[in-house]
Amino acid sequence: MTDTFPWLTTLIVVPLLGAVVLWALPRGARRHARPIAFAVSLLVLAGAVAAALQFDVSRADEHQLAEQTPWIPAFGVSYAVGVDGVGLALVLLSVLLVPLVILAAWREHPDAVPAGAVVGAVGTDPSATRAVDAPAGGGDDGNRIRHYMALVLVLEACMVAVFAARDLFLFYVLFEAMLIPVYFMIGSFGGLRRRYAAVKFLLFSLAGGLIMLVGVIALYLQGPGGPEGFLIENLVGLDLPQTTERLLFLALFLAFAVKAPMWPVHTWLPDAAEQAPAGTSVLLVGVLDKVGTFGMLTLCLPLFPEASRWAAPVIIVLAVISVLYGALLAIGQEDLMRLIAYTSVSHFGFIVLGIFAFTEVSTQGASLYMVNHGLSTGGLFLLAGFLVARRGTAQISAFGGLQKVVPVLAGTFLLVGLSALSLPGLSTFVSEFLVLVGTFEVNRPAAIVATLGVILAALYVLLTYQRIFTGPAREDAALTHDLSAREKWVVGPLVVALVVLGFYPAPALDLVREPAAASVEAVGGPDGSGRAVDDAEAEAEAADAATGSTDTSVDGSDQ
Amino acid sequence: MSTHALAGLPAGVPFAADEHIASAAEASGSFTLAWLLVALPLAGAAVLLLAGRRADRWGHWLGVLASASAFVVGAVLWVATLGLPADERVQDLHLFTWIPAGDFTLDAGLRIDPLSLTFVLLVTFVGTLIHIYSVAYMEHDVDRRRFFAYLNLFVASMLLLVLADSYLLLFVGWEGVGLASYLLIGFWNHNLPYAVAAKKAFIANRVGDVGMLVAIFILFAEFGGTDFVTVFDGAPGASEAVLTAAGLMLLLAACGKSAQFPLQSWLGDAMAGPTPVSALIHAATMVTAGVYLVVRSAPVYEGAPNALLVVAIVGAITLLFGAIVGCAKDDIKKTLAASTMSQIGYMMLAAGLGPIGYAFAIFHLLTHGFFKAGMFLGAGSVMHGMDDSVDMRRYGGLSRYMKITWLTFAAGWLAIIGFPGLSGFWSKDKIIESAFAVADGEGWQPWVLGSVALLGAGLTAFYMSRLFFMTFQGERRWSDGHGGGAADPEAPVRHPHESPALMTIPMVVLAIGSVALGGVLTLGGTFVTWLEPVTGHAEHHEPVLSVPLITGLTIALVAAGAFLAWRQYAASPVAALAPRGSVLTRAARKDLYQDHVNEALLMRPGQYLTRSLVYGDRQVVDGAATGLARFVAGSGEVLRRAQNGYVRSYASTMVAGIVALAAVVLAFRI
Repeated sequence: MTDTFPWLTTLIVVPLLGAVVLWALPRGARRHARPIAFAVSLLVLAGAVAAALQFDVSRADEHQLAEQTPWIPAFGVSYAVGVDGVGLALVLLSVLLVPLVILAAWREHPDAVPAGAVVGAVGTDPSATRAVDAPAGGGDDGNRIRHYMALVLVLEACMVAVFAARDLFLFYVLFEAMLIPVYFMIGSFGGLRRRYAAVKFLLFSLAGGLIMLVGVIALYLQGPGGPEGFLIENLVGLDLPQTTERLLFLALFLAFAVKAPMWPVHTWLPDAAEQAPAGTSVLLVGVLDKVGTFGMLTLCLPLFPEASRWAAPVIIVLAVISVLYGALLAIGQEDLMRLIAYTSVSHFGFIVLGIFAFTEVSTQGASLYMVNHGLSTGGLFLLAGFLVARRGTAQISAFGGLQKVVPVLAGTFLLVGLSALSLPGLSTFVSEFLVLVGTFEVNRPAAIVATLGVILAALYVLLTYQRIFTGPAREDAALTHDLSAREKWVVGPLVVALVVLGFYPAPALDLVREPAAASVEAVGGPDGSGRAVDDAEAEAEAADAATGSTDTSVDGSDQ
Repeated sequence: MSTHALAGLPAGVPFAADEHIASAAEASGSFTLAWLLVALPLAGAAVLLLAGRRADRWGHWLGVLASASAFVVGAVLWVATLGLPADERVQDLHLFTWIPAGDFTLDAGLRIDPLSLTFVLLVTFVGTLIHIYSVAYMEHDVDRRRFFAYLNLFVASMLLLVLADSYLLLFVGWEGVGLASYLLIGFWNHNLPYAVAAKKAFIANRVGDVGMLVAIFILFAEFGGTDFVTVFDGAPGASEAVLTAAGLMLLLAACGKSAQFPLQSWLGDAMAGPTPVSALIHAATMVTAGVYLVVRSAPVYEGAPNALLVVAIVGAITLLFGAIVGCAKDDIKKTLAASTMSQIGYMMLAAGLGPIGYAFAIFHLLTHGFFKAGMFLGAGSVMHGMDDSVDMRRYGGLSRYMKITWLTFAAGWLAIIGFPGLSGFWSKDKIIESAFAVADGEGWQPWVLGSVALLGAGLTAFYMSRLFFMTFQGERRWSDGHGGGAADPEAPVRHPHESPALMTIPMVVLAIGSVALGGVLTLGGTFVTWLEPVTGHAEHHEPVLSVPLITGLTIALVAAGAFLAWRQYAASPVAALAPRGSVLTRAARKDLYQDHVNEALLMRPGQYLTRSLVYGDRQVVDGAATGLARFVAGSGEVLRRAQNGYVRSYASTMVAGIVALAAVVLAFRI
């Protein structure tokens, strides 16, 4: 398969080269850092779209665009990449968000002035807000922006690679390597407490990663070994002893749970999101955290099917707690960025619930949810960034009555906010509904309790909208600029995607349908005895037998 | 058609052995244009929102045009349906595959049948009138274009709600109207209480939405589909427990949307919206969606008599609740809102009576749509002439100043109290009669439900007459600024005047409907026969009291209620400030303490929970997790140092480590 064009490697190498170019820029050319970064990210986006066109949707459960070459044969490590439908969807999401993040940072110092320091100045001196917005010229500012843009591109390469990795060791290396650019993006360009937030982020992730490393090596030792011993396909279907399998499952799951993040290991995220520049939060929460749920779906389930079923009851409880807990915490937040972070804890609860319900419907919902959440939360963080850029703070109480002043910004915020509460007609509804309806088939209490989250979601979205945009306009808000053309281009694509995929989600569902079925089949359905739906049917038939009917199956007529 | 066959059921079994119910056929001919009903107003909303200020000059007329053209399409489909034999009047129009998720595969499609067409005509006809009225009513609002965008969005969503051929697509419209309602209640959201009222409406509806979602889960788990064909064909074979659960969950959804007990508290506050909104959304159409849902789900309730009984009881409670509250309010819009709640209680009660009540529920819904919308527009006209005051204690004697408003309002007033011969008489009388005939006239149900419905008629006559007399009759409790009017020196200065033609013409049209619609549709059982392909044919059940006696009692109670109101509010002076009143009056003024109950039971505990969790998240969860991380990574030292500010050194250490690792890796490879 490597005789065709190496699309995925190209998508990884191009942004890396872009970063190298940025770092190598001579002093005089540094003011071009942003246009260069933007051009590179658009090139990657175009490349990803071209790659997607090569992808055969009818066999989306297979890993396509595959490349493989030995890397460290002595250790069984290969450079192997390839994507199934879910991986491709997440790659597309990543490369779509990166240019938007770059564009969003166009006139923004990546927090050259710490957010907190501006707060005092804004109230009295309107020009102080402009300091945040001012177009950065050369000098030190250009230098900082160059670094920031290079880090974004490095991160982009890592994101594409991690969703495409087909070698467990390669996956692990990327899983850890991604931390580095994010660490610097928070630690060097964040708010007042950026150092604390960055280190906390790093340590939580490293702690999870270390445990995962133990698991990865131990699993390799259980496998066939040889020069391709870390290839995921060679590690699937091992007949592991029960205790070993469970321990290895826990090792990987814990790392993914921290990443996702799930209650109770979520506490690094609000701090990171509060301190990080808005664009960093978009990539961190919108894409990076998906590596956690992506890992659960594409590694935990197929590698450890028995252990997955064994742990599922507990994980489902944790997921439902995450749904409600994240939402309640979001309601209680004073900082807009923290608030969005907590809503994501809630949303990740839905994703994990869908994965560990082990039905095709819920798994498709969870896969689609990963994409939709990136669009929705990415949009929210970007809009929050626009608000912060205008006001110099993310404190919700510093805003008020903005709807009359900046109606387009208000309307856009409301629309994206409605996607966060999964309003029917927007794409997020389809995924959340599929998660819940699929879960309901096998675990009614979990589905019903999680459904209560929709009330809480309405509260955290509408309460926030009310506090920022309604009521009498605050006189000291000094906020008169509605969305600029550039800002419209930043959020426009996300809004369009949310609406179009709401009414016509087929393109996204076509990508995740077969992989979801494969995952469920790998784990053997909710009770391990076969495919989930067959069991549900069997039950339904048993119930219907009483009515004397004879019709046999739902699936039969489907296929 | 769904791609699903039925799990365990021979296809095509009608839900009851009723040959009047038509099975759905594939739509063809002019019916394939039904999608325009949703698309036209939706396009209107999109254009108005995206064009921005550029559309300010002509936007409102585009809004009117979008709504009016939907009415034309609706009328064409209606005429085409009338040309079909009764058993071919249910048609499904497949649009596209909406959710192709393997076992959950759902097509977006529309169901065109007598029930949905009834709503289509009501929504687009009354909707268009209210669009026209709003052109004048909102003339001085800088955001008039946005107002029309939201109105169009509402019309599109409402049409999707009633036309959808599956519960899930219905839910899209259901939330769409909720969103439009939220946007329009909070249209003047610079006034914070209005914004809070909008949010309250949305949240209360979301509680109902949980019911809707769970109902859909149940239906899908049981029948393998959420489209009407699959569910209704499967319902007769399902267990009563399943159908009861689904029925109760659907009722919860209906309670949220239709402001029925116990989710009624948002409707009064929703009067914060501009008055045309109150007329269209919070009187004539959206709030009746719950009744539509119950009637549409007739095959589900058919196998769940207990759920149906709960529907009737909820309707009966709300009917009395709204009527009692309506008797005490001094705010003209809130009185009308309480009345709406009460009248929908009547409809819900009728729907809860089962097949003998379905048609009358929709019949009353239709007549109510006319007379209540007419009265709300009248109230808007009064407010227009009274500087937006809503306090009826500062009205009085307005009949001389706004004759058209007065006369059209009188038509609505007489219609709602059930004056013999007018619309409300025909529709409400039938509900009372049916309530006395429920359960084959056995047991406690006909007596209790019938008596409540009868009592409600008397209360309705009282509070509506009170409103009418306080507003239009009696002496002026305002001043014209030249010493005319009230003796009270503190009386506010007003200059009441009749509204422009753009406002009065819709009122006149609705008044004509209030007078005549009921009678016309009753002749020869026209309306009941029209709905039979959907609701089935109900055998006549004899009420526990004779029909003439019921009619006589109703008229007597109505006369008594109206007389009491006349004596108290027309024949004797009305205090400009509300007297203290009895315990019941004071409770009714405060909506029977519904907000206090919600606050004590839900809001305060919720706030306490949220605050404790926020505290606990930092102190307990974060503490434990941070501690664990330190332990696992053995990095307490690093954390402490890094927090002291040596990030760069730490970071470079890390990079060094990675480089070393890479070097080792590469070395081993060689």
